[in-house]
Amino acid sequence: MAVAEENRTGGFLSGLTGMFSSKSEDDGIAGQKSALGWAVNLSVLFLVFLWLFPTVGLFVSSFRTADQIASSGWWSSLSTQVAQNPAIRLAGDEFPEGDLFVVEGNIFDSEGAEITAWGWSSRGPEDFAPGDTAELSRDRAITLQSNGDFRLTGVESFEGARLPRVFTTASSPPEFTLQNYNYMLFQGSNESMAGAFFNTLTVTIPATIIPILVAAFAAYALAWMEFPGRALLVALVVALLVVPLQLALIPLLKLHISVGIGKGYLGVWLAHMGFGLPLAIYLLRNYMAGLPRDIIENARVDGATDFQIFMRIILPLSFPALASFAIFQFLWTWNDLLVAKVFLIDSTGQTTVMTDQIVNLLGTRGGNWEILATAAFVSISVPLIVFFSLQRYLVRGLLAGSVK
Amino acid sequence: MHPALLGLITIAVAVASCIGYFYGSNWVLDKVLFPAKGPNAGRNINRANMIRPWLFLFPAFAALGLYLAYPVFETLRLSFMDANGREFVGTDNYVRMVGEGKFWEAVRNNFLWLLVVPAASTAFGLMVAQLTDRLAWGNIAKSLIFMPMAISFVGASVIWKLVYEARPVESEQIGVLNAIYLAMGGTDPITWITVPFWNNFFLMVILIWIQTGFAMVILSAALRGIPEETVEAAIVDGAGPFAIFFKIKVPQIMPTIVVVWTTITIATLKVFDIVFAMTNGQWETQVLANYMFDKLFRANDWGVGSASAMVIMLMVTPILVWNIVQVRKEDSR
Repeated sequence: MAVAEENRTGGFLSGLTGMFSSKSEDDGIAGQKSALGWAVNLSVLFLVFLWLFPTVGLFVSSFRTADQIASSGWWSSLSTQVAQNPAIRLAGDEFPEGDLFVVEGNIFDSEGAEITAWGWSSRGPEDFAPGDTAELSRDRAITLQSNGDFRLTGVESFEGARLPRVFTTASSPPEFTLQNYNYMLFQGSNESMAGAFFNTLTVTIPATIIPILVAAFAAYALAWMEFPGRALLVALVVALLVVPLQLALIPLLKLHISVGIGKGYLGVWLAHMGFGLPLAIYLLRNYMAGLPRDIIENARVDGATDFQIFMRIILPLSFPALASFAIFQFLWTWNDLLVAKVFLIDSTGQTTVMTDQIVNLLGTRGGNWEILATAAFVSISVPLIVFFSLQRYLVRGLLAGSVK
Repeated sequence: MHPALLGLITIAVAVASCIGYFYGSNWVLDKVLFPAKGPNAGRNINRANMIRPWLFLFPAFAALGLYLAYPVFETLRLSFMDANGREFVGTDNYVRMVGEGKFWEAVRNNFLWLLVVPAASTAFGLMVAQLTDRLAWGNIAKSLIFMPMAISFVGASVIWKLVYEARPVESEQIGVLNAIYLAMGGTDPITWITVPFWNNFFLMVILIWIQTGFAMVILSAALRGIPEETVEAAIVDGAGPFAIFFKIKVPQIMPTIVVVWTTITIATLKVFDIVFAMTNGQWETQVLANYMFDKLFRANDWGVGSASAMVIMLMVTPILVWNIVQVRKEDSR
């Protein structure tokens, strides 16, 4: 099946194209072909849109400010943001003007916002239009312009009194920021993903590399060496392929504690190696068994030992399969939560991995999407890069790995 | 020592000792135990070749035995012991487990997941595989639909939690599902993942979203493996595109569909992260894997935890047996 993927040139595709052209000729309905083509294009477009939409949403959100995330859906992040702002208390120095005392200023810190409605009490936050003058008690009056300029007048001095508040509904230009990433990676807060990122990396790299060699030797023996019980061992590997790792948690944790490994990196590496081995052996064996017999037998005739054949011929030729497994194991260990939670993360919390950190944030920062989105994307970005750059090997591995 | 440094040292030590072991053991076998010279050279070579496979197999199978095979039996044993694994209590754990409402909720939900997720993922995967097969930009489309496979269950949970987000009715909705719901005339935003029973389906969507790409990749290769002649013959006989798909193509790739179905079934049985991150089993969304985690690490009850793990094992067993049968069939061919 892996070969089918590689050789997807003309053959079947042209067969299909031929199928449709010949069909429309037969029926003499010229429109049918293009109508079907349109339907196919549109439905695929729709499916792709459906599949991408949630991810894009989180990605866009990770670049928005907390205020804008909370005030509008991410899909409208490119349009002007209309939002009711929290109450802003007027501030400024008063000066006399005729028999009035006046305070003037601007309620906004930054440029660009435009007020569409405002009010001076929480009961009527949108009672006034920009430019209107609102009469308050004790002969005070506020005029608020759309750009935020205000003029507060009163017959008594404002000295020592608290100035009134205004409620505004303002539209502001869309704003994108790297601040979220800065906060999650470089600010050194206890929510930081930086430490967890390196912990994840520390778990992942050895857990990816170590099983490969061990599995490759066994796969070679299962594919190319004759010995009694071989079929039984292959069956055992296939059986272990589907054993839920939930079963392994308690016994192994007990074992690790009793031999003194306890919870830590060594334990999680060993666990990932054990859990990754069935797939590794199965995948590599399938691939190696498909290598040409001639090469191996010629080498045997020339007096090469099995060890030499393995190191010099099999291993280099199996590179695509090794790469496939490495990608699988990398993605799986990088994305894992359960194994890390059981075998690695202790009560000190020093060894937390990113998935665990995100789950904790979901608990403590449930509504703070700027934090959640950024944390999730820090964690997702590496697998996505691996996925898009090495997709070829991933597909090949999948095709070889599913029991045919 | 810094853990990253420890990691590098571990890699170096592991790779070196791995190569050292294989090289050394082969050397001992060929040079010391059974040298291929002297009066018994022929016999020695044969003997060495009988032992060699086991040298190659030993490290991998020792690890497999210790990390996967032994735990199956140990878990079985622990499921008959008390909460600390010290005293034999017979079937007490199973009796207690069966008496818990949460357990039956988990079993019911697991069956729901098993019914819905593999079917939906396979159906979507097949649909996308067929639709993209004739498209100029089919590979890009497939790549994008395949993408969620690289995303962790936890990451996917965050992604979908934003989709399901509900805000009070007076403020702007930032979850797209509620935005659509209100635009279509709904009056009150719904907190989707707290609506019992239906929330299970909202969680399943996440796994379907992830697994569809897997189904699509494998089924797409299978579709291309169909001999052209069968399709051409159908066209000559005047079959329309739908008839060709359902009557000619699907029957031919049925074995692959079954493989995809069972593989996703296994993934579904073990689902843990999604439920753990989204609801942690609240609002009647418990599943077995999360129930077990709860028993182990919150209730500290290793007995019931092991018993529930055995239930998962029991549900996997039919597929396990079927897989072995398939492989043996293939090997004997």
